[in-house]
Amino acid sequence: MTIDTTFPWLTVLVVVPLIGALVLWALPSGRLKLARPVALGFSLVELVVLALAIGAFDTSRSGVQQLTEMHEWIPQIGASYALGVDGVALLLVALSVLLVPLVIGAAWREQGVTDGETGSDVALNGARRLRHYLALVLLVEMFMVLIFTARDVFLFYVVFEAMLIPVYFMIGGFGEGARRRYAAIKFLIFSLAGGLVMLVAVIALYTQGPGGEQGFLTANLVGLQMAPTTERLLFLGFFLAFAIKAPMFPVHSWLPDAAEHAPAGTSVLLVGVLDKVGTFGMLTLCLPLFPNASRWAAPVIIVLAVVSILYGALLALGQKDLMRLIAYTSVSHFGVIILGIFAFTEVSTAGASFYMFNHGISTGLLFLLAGFIIARSPSGKSRTIADFGGLAKVTPILAGTFLVAGLSALSLPGLSPFISEIMVFIGTFQTNSVAAIVSAFVVILAALYILVTYQRIFTGPVRDELSATPDLSGREKWVVAPLIAVLLIFGFYPGPALDLVRAPASISVATVVGSDMTILDESTDGSDS
Amino acid sequence: MIAQAAQMAAAPGGFVPPEVAWFALTPLIIVISAGVLGVLVEAFVPANRRRVVQVIMAMAALAAAFAVIVWQGVSWFGEGGSGGVVVLGGVLQLDGVALLFQGLVVLMAFFALAVVIDRTSTKQDAFSPSAASIPGSEYEELARRLGLVQTEVYPLLMFAISGMMIFPAAGDLLTMFIALEVLSLPLYVLSGMARRRRLLSQEASFKYFVLGAFASAVFLFGAALLYGYSGSVKISEITTMASTVVGGGAPDHWELLWLVGILMVISGLLFKVGAVPFQAWTPDVYQGAPTPITGFMAACTKIAAFGALLRLIYAGGFSGTPDMLEAVRIALWVVAIATMIVGTVVGATQTDMKRMLGYSSIAHAGFVLVGILSFNGAGIKAVIFYLLAYGMATVGAFAVITLVRETGPGGEVLGEATHLGQWAGLGKRSPWLAGCFSVFLLSFAGIPLTAGFIAKFSAFSAAVEGTEVLGNATVLAVIGVLASAVAVFFYIRVIVIMFFMSPAETVVESVVETVDVAVLEPVVVGVGQGVANAAHTSVVVATGAPAVVVVRSEGPSAVTITVMAVGILVLGIFPAPVLDLIARMTGIG
Repeated sequence: MTIDTTFPWLTVLVVVPLIGALVLWALPSGRLKLARPVALGFSLVELVVLALAIGAFDTSRSGVQQLTEMHEWIPQIGASYALGVDGVALLLVALSVLLVPLVIGAAWREQGVTDGETGSDVALNGARRLRHYLALVLLVEMFMVLIFTARDVFLFYVVFEAMLIPVYFMIGGFGEGARRRYAAIKFLIFSLAGGLVMLVAVIALYTQGPGGEQGFLTANLVGLQMAPTTERLLFLGFFLAFAIKAPMFPVHSWLPDAAEHAPAGTSVLLVGVLDKVGTFGMLTLCLPLFPNASRWAAPVIIVLAVVSILYGALLALGQKDLMRLIAYTSVSHFGVIILGIFAFTEVSTAGASFYMFNHGISTGLLFLLAGFIIARSPSGKSRTIADFGGLAKVTPILAGTFLVAGLSALSLPGLSPFISEIMVFIGTFQTNSVAAIVSAFVVILAALYILVTYQRIFTGPVRDELSATPDLSGREKWVVAPLIAVLLIFGFYPGPALDLVRAPASISVATVVGSDMTILDESTDGSDS
Repeated sequence: MIAQAAQMAAAPGGFVPPEVAWFALTPLIIVISAGVLGVLVEAFVPANRRRVVQVIMAMAALAAAFAVIVWQGVSWFGEGGSGGVVVLGGVLQLDGVALLFQGLVVLMAFFALAVVIDRTSTKQDAFSPSAASIPGSEYEELARRLGLVQTEVYPLLMFAISGMMIFPAAGDLLTMFIALEVLSLPLYVLSGMARRRRLLSQEASFKYFVLGAFASAVFLFGAALLYGYSGSVKISEITTMASTVVGGGAPDHWELLWLVGILMVISGLLFKVGAVPFQAWTPDVYQGAPTPITGFMAACTKIAAFGALLRLIYAGGFSGTPDMLEAVRIALWVVAIATMIVGTVVGATQTDMKRMLGYSSIAHAGFVLVGILSFNGAGIKAVIFYLLAYGMATVGAFAVITLVRETGPGGEVLGEATHLGQWAGLGKRSPWLAGCFSVFLLSFAGIPLTAGFIAKFSAFSAAVEGTEVLGNATVLAVIGVLASAVAVFFYIRVIVIMFFMSPAETVVESVVETVDVAVLEPVVVGVGQGVANAAHTSVVVATGAPAVVVVRSEGPSAVTITVMAVGILVLGIFPAPVLDLIARMTGIG
């Protein structure tokens, strides 16, 4: 490891996509053809920077914040520009940076030009729209890196809210279907409502902390002694925002709409990465900042998580729309992640952390393939499962890759989600065997919803209008191959990834469970838990 | 001379020449002189050159005034500075807060003036060629044909600005009242001078005048009661008297006199900021007045009036016996809560851009009041930053509105297209204009990375912090946050219309489908129904609505829009230097 660890790798990771987005917006109208190579170029440069940053990261100390940067930002309100990653954050940054070039690759040819433009303007407008879309993707990449590396609660909050705007445009401006604006504004209102409640908690948290010019640094806010009621209210303020983001039953209802109407690439980023901000926030903010309140709320949260797991899977079974189906499977999977986080065992927390990464890969793959399938429908944009049939005969590679993606979603051994899911269930079993046993039934439901979907789309007689469907093109193969490779590699050799998540997991469990000691004398008040 | 003066001062009963701090008064003198000279220009300069002379004089006066204010700031608040000047025995208190407000007023007025002077590619300004003529009369038609230009707008603006500069610096209630009148009277006139929709404009002017005069009378009566209570019109002396009630000041039972007086004075000021229940004029006047004037008025009047409110509540010291204090505090709490709720909920039902921004300004008045009601130093700083962020977004937003016009049947450009539905597709035709407008709206909405977020954050965190004696105002902050959630809805709605809807769509389809009760119910319980109704009454454009064009700015408006949009983003990301400046000038660490 000769890579300089004091170099601001994380800032570079933030700045590269920002420059990319600005370059895209600055492209003159005559050069719009360059938009795709430019966007892809920047996302690949970002990948290289990430590789160097991983090289500079010391895996043996993955529980500690590394590659840290610290600058004064708005000292008057206590906000600092503080970045750093531990193992979990690094894994999620890697997930974001890996998915972006694939999303750009997937958007190469199609661009949901759904507006009623006419005449020769269509080509130019299409190119303009694609430019804006790609710029928004890079902008969102910047925010994703920033939010996973933020070590300052104010910075985290700012990114948490600011990110909504580009995502809102990605759904509402480039989505499919007449109700895309409805989906976009539903997404925005849900997220903003959660975010604004969190804002009050953020402000109140500052007044509880040491204050001063670095009063929002996460490190300065950990281990505060607060009155139990205050701590619980603050916990709820943060948790609500994260539960909406995650999304968790009963505040999940925006996700299926958003996924149904967003372009496939947007759904990859939205469900694959952005929603991880919710679970990531629970893990890295809720637990360490409010350990006592976390334990107080855990029983209820575990029940809601179990409900999410089963409810999401059951609803997935009943979906007619392919994108909605994948969205509901995600509600189910997020339930598993949240269950792992609030079971407070090292194994389940490590499993949940690893699952965040695996779910991003597996769902990202599913959404991308669903996008490819939809593009092959007779109308070019039918998302209804019943419109397909027998595709396996004409598009064997598409069928094969979809099967792999599906099997990863149902956690088949040999693919990486299996390891993380089994870790969550094993860990949960130690503290809450009932929850573990009940939620393990999801494996059966998952097999049903994946295999039935596969059967409907790919098996049976080929429909006439689909008989000439082309198989995956070279570009599309390039898009899905890296994801399948990651699923297989971590499926058989999860060691490196587990090394990253194990230490942070044991630290966060120790914060919550260890805080038992400090609260004992106040626990009379906590009897209502 | 000086020795002579001292001698005279020593003589009992002799004339004491007042000592005037001329340097401190320079900015004010510059602006008033520009107004007076402007009147002379109207009388003596040939008609065809008047406009050029007026424009140059007005812009130069504001630029010079701002330069002197900066100079004053450096010399009073730099190394070894005096920390402010008291003029004429306390008539004007030019301390850091006053200077900040004066700078803010002049700066915003400068950019608002840039919008006023911009005639756009239509070569017509926003003002009626002869405001005195009866709408629709032959005389009006004649004036229009002759291409008359009304240039008394500029001296009127200068007088209004000078009043706004005195307002936040006034040390006694009489000066404050005079400032109030000096700033209000020109605005009444200006509101009635719109070139188009003149009846609406004159109605606005009349309403504003009648209600404004009423509010002034209330203010004056309150001042009289306070004089009766304390024997002085000086804010500081009234406060001293009130806080020493128990220790042999005014008799105890006079408390009521103080209470009624102070509430009446505050009411007069709340009228100017457009707080509920004194908000009724706001939407009508905002809609009816010529748009550049609306922008000026919305930004600068609000800044000046909040400055005066701060002066009354803080700089004079907000004190009194605890009971008295509590009564005023409760009244202001009620006003703040009502203002936030009415502003946002009613704002969400509006279909006219200018009316919507009118209600939005009411809501923002409520948010600023939250900052004021924190009763701590952070609150003062937050109010100043909030007014800066709000002023920038307001001036910019109204500047954008002046450029979006209707066209008549023959393709000629008419007045502003203020119906929300007419803005559909603007994002496609004029992406930069729509982009800047979105920045202003996002800043109003308080989305992070805009100045509006930092402003809201500062105000709410000051309220949560509170003070040890009076407790915190967390409840206000929570209501503010909920109101913000509703407000976001109607700002975002405009962005939806601009970017995601095409003009053809709005005729047959309204934004109703974008939001329905089901979405909102779980989110904003309580106000949800109001908002949902709002969504259902939203954009429905009559078939055959006039086409909409974007006219080109002559330059000044474009500069204003660009400077404001860039400024909002810069302040949203790097607010530290400005926060630092505010902290240094106010002397609150």
